[in-house]
Amino acid sequence: MNRQNFIPPQAAADLQSPSHTRLQTAKAWFFKGLWCATGLIALGLASAQTPARFADDMAERTRACTACHGEQGRAGPDGYYPRLAGKPAGYLHNQLRNFAQGRRHYDLMARMVDPLTDAYLGEMAQYFSELKLPYPAPTANNTITPERLAKGQQLVTQGDATRGLPACTQCHGVRLTGVQPNVPGLLGLPLDYLNAQLGAWQTKQRRAHAPDCMAEIVQRMPSEDLIAVSSWLARQPLPADTRPAERPPAGPALPEALRCGSAPELSATRSAPAQSGGRP
Amino acid sequence: MTNAWRKMHPVKRLGWVTLTSLLVLALGVVWDNWGDLLGPQPENTALTAPATEAQIEQGRYLALAGNCMACHTTRGGTPFAGGRRIDTPFGGVYSSNLTPDPETGLGRWTSLDFWQAMHRGRSKDGRLLAPAFPYNYTSVITRQDSDAIFAWLRTLPPVVQAQPAHNLVWPVGTQPALAVWRSLFFEPSPFQVNKAQTAEWNRGAYLVQGLGHCAACHSPRNALGASGAVSDLSGGLMPVVNWYAPDLTRDTETGLASTPLPEIVRLLRTGASNTAQTSGPMGEVVQHSLQHLNETDLQAMAVYLQSRAQSSAQPTAKTQAARISLQVATQGAKVYENQCLQCHGEQGEGVKTASGEVAYPALAGNRAVLLNDPTNLVQLVLYGGYGPATQGHPRPFGMPPAVLELDDRDIAAVLTHLRTRWGNQASEVTPLQVNRIRAAQGG
Repeated sequence: MNRQNFIPPQAAADLQSPSHTRLQTAKAWFFKGLWCATGLIALGLASAQTPARFADDMAERTRACTACHGEQGRAGPDGYYPRLAGKPAGYLHNQLRNFAQGRRHYDLMARMVDPLTDAYLGEMAQYFSELKLPYPAPTANNTITPERLAKGQQLVTQGDATRGLPACTQCHGVRLTGVQPNVPGLLGLPLDYLNAQLGAWQTKQRRAHAPDCMAEIVQRMPSEDLIAVSSWLARQPLPADTRPAERPPAGPALPEALRCGSAPELSATRSAPAQSGGRP
Repeated sequence: MTNAWRKMHPVKRLGWVTLTSLLVLALGVVWDNWGDLLGPQPENTALTAPATEAQIEQGRYLALAGNCMACHTTRGGTPFAGGRRIDTPFGGVYSSNLTPDPETGLGRWTSLDFWQAMHRGRSKDGRLLAPAFPYNYTSVITRQDSDAIFAWLRTLPPVVQAQPAHNLVWPVGTQPALAVWRSLFFEPSPFQVNKAQTAEWNRGAYLVQGLGHCAACHSPRNALGASGAVSDLSGGLMPVVNWYAPDLTRDTETGLASTPLPEIVRLLRTGASNTAQTSGPMGEVVQHSLQHLNETDLQAMAVYLQSRAQSSAQPTAKTQAARISLQVATQGAKVYENQCLQCHGEQGEGVKTASGEVAYPALAGNRAVLLNDPTNLVQLVLYGGYGPATQGHPRPFGMPPAVLELDDRDIAAVLTHLRTRWGNQASEVTPLQVNRIRAAQGG
C-alpha cells in the first residue's frame, strides 16, 4: 500500500461534487471506504496469520542487524543506528572488524560480531552494500548561521590548505556518495549520527585501521568547524546517482601524513583501477 | 618451665596458646604452598632435549584444547601477549604475556618453571598466581603435555607487553591471602586413570578435567570464588558474566544421556546440533577451542560426558504448572506474537532449513528454555546475537536483541509465556530476574 497516494474519501468528495448531490456521493464514498477498510483489515489479519515464508538467504541471516538498523538496513528510527544499505562493502566490512577488534566501541555490536568469522562478516557487508534503497530527504534543522553553513560547505568542497585539511570530496567523492570499495558516502545521514561519529573520533572512541587518516583530520579541526561541516552535510539532498563512485576523483594523492589504513587505495597512483576486495 | 606456665595469668596463657596455634597454622600454610621447594627438584628434561616438530605441533594443539588464547589475548591484540582484564567478584585480574619476550613474557622461563605454574600455580619466582588462571585444572595434565605447550609457546614471536597489575580488593590479591585460599581450595590433582574404563573414556576425562577446564564453569562457585573438584560437573551460575552453565550430570538440563553420541560430538565441533545450540560463553569455547580439536578427542570427551550424565541421572520432580496472572499471560502472548512468532512459530516449533539444519530452534520441549534458572533465556532475549560461526556451521542465523525495545515486564512476560505453553512446564520469570541481568550487564 502506498501511503502517499491515499486521499481521504470525504476530502475527495468535497472537491468533486456539486452541493445537491453531495450527500449521495458522500454516502457512496462512505460505503466504498467501508469496503476498503474491511479489505485492508482482512489483508492485515491474513498476513499476521501466515508469516512471511522462511527463506534461506542473507536477508534472513541478517535479521539481528535489521532489528536496529531498520528493514533492509535503511537506518534506525533515531540517529544512532546508521543506514547500511548501499554503503561500500569494504567500508562496512572494516567497521565490523573495528567492532570485533576494539577500534570502535559498542557492547551490543561487539556481542553481535564476536562469534562470527571474518568471511561471514564480509558476506554480510557485501549483502548490505548491494541493497539499493531510496534515501530520505534531509531533515537537519539545528540552529546555525548562514555564515557558518557557508564555512561548512567550503571545508567540505575545498578543505583548508593552511591547516593541511583536504576537502571531504577528495576522498569521499565529488558527489559525496563515497568511493568503492572502502570510503563511505557522507550524505543521507542524520545530523546526530554525523556529530556522534566526528565527536567519537575527537575523543578517540572511534578509530580505524592505522594509520587512521580521519583521526588525523578531526584532530586538525576545532569543534565548531566539525559542526559547520556536519550541519552542511546533513542539509544536502542526495544527487540523482546515489551510488559510490568507482574510483577517487582525479587529483594529487593524499599527503603521507594522511594515509588511510582502511583505504590504502587512496594513496596509490590515481590511475590504478579501484580494488574490489576491501581487504586490509 | 611448667611452673612458670602454671603461674601465668589464664588470659595470658590463652593468648600464648592462640598465638602459637596461629603460628603453627601459618607455618602449615607456608609449607603447603612452598614446602616442595625444600625437597629434591624434578629434573628439567626439556633443557637436555631440544623440542621436536611433533612436540611443538602437539603443544599448539593442546593450547587450543585449553583455550589459553581466550584469556591471554586482548580484543584486537597480539595472540598470547596477555593483558586482558578478567573480571571477578573481587575485582579485575590481568592475564600474563605468554610470548617469549625476556622482560615481559616467558623468555627467561624453563619448561620446569612452566610446569611449576601449570602444576602448582606458582610463578618462576615462587610467587603464588591468582586462581583466575585455572591451575586447579592445569594441574591435571602430564609433564609431557606441559612441556609440549611450553615448547610451542617458545616458537611465538616475542611481544614486549608488560602485564598490568591486578586490580583486586584488598587483601584478596596479596600473597598471604592467596596462600590461605590455596590451602583451603587447591591441591595439585594429577590425572588418575580409571582402569575400569576404556582408554577412550580416560582420554575424554583427561581433557574434560584438565585442559578443557569444563568444571570451571560447570560447577558451582562458593563465596570465596572456588569452584568444585575438577570432575564436578553439577552446573553453576557464572559470576560477573551472568550465564548459567548447566548441570552436565542431569539429562533434563543437557540431554547428554539421551542424545546419540554423534550429535553430542557435532554440538561440540560445530556449536549446533539437531536438538541444542551453544551460545554465550559455551559458544566462545566452541569457537576458539572445541571446533579445532580432532574427531577422536571430541568423541572421547562425548563418551566421558555421556557416561557422567548416565551415572548420576536422577528423576526430577515435575515442576508444578505455574499460576500465571491473566495480565502476564496476555502480555506474554502479545509480545510473543509481535517479536518471536515469525521465527519460532505459532506452536514454538522453530524453523529448519531445506537441508534439515536448525535455523531457529524450537522452543517447545527445548531443555534450554525449561532450565530452572532463566538466566540464559534473559541473556538471549536481551542481547540476541549469533551462535558461533564454525567450519561445520559457518553461516548461523541470528536473533535480534530486544534490550532497546522491550522493558523488563515485556521480557518477563514473554519468557513466562514460552516456558508455560506447548506442553512446557517451567517456572514464571519475574521482571526482577530480568532487571538483575540487565543492570549487571550495564543496560
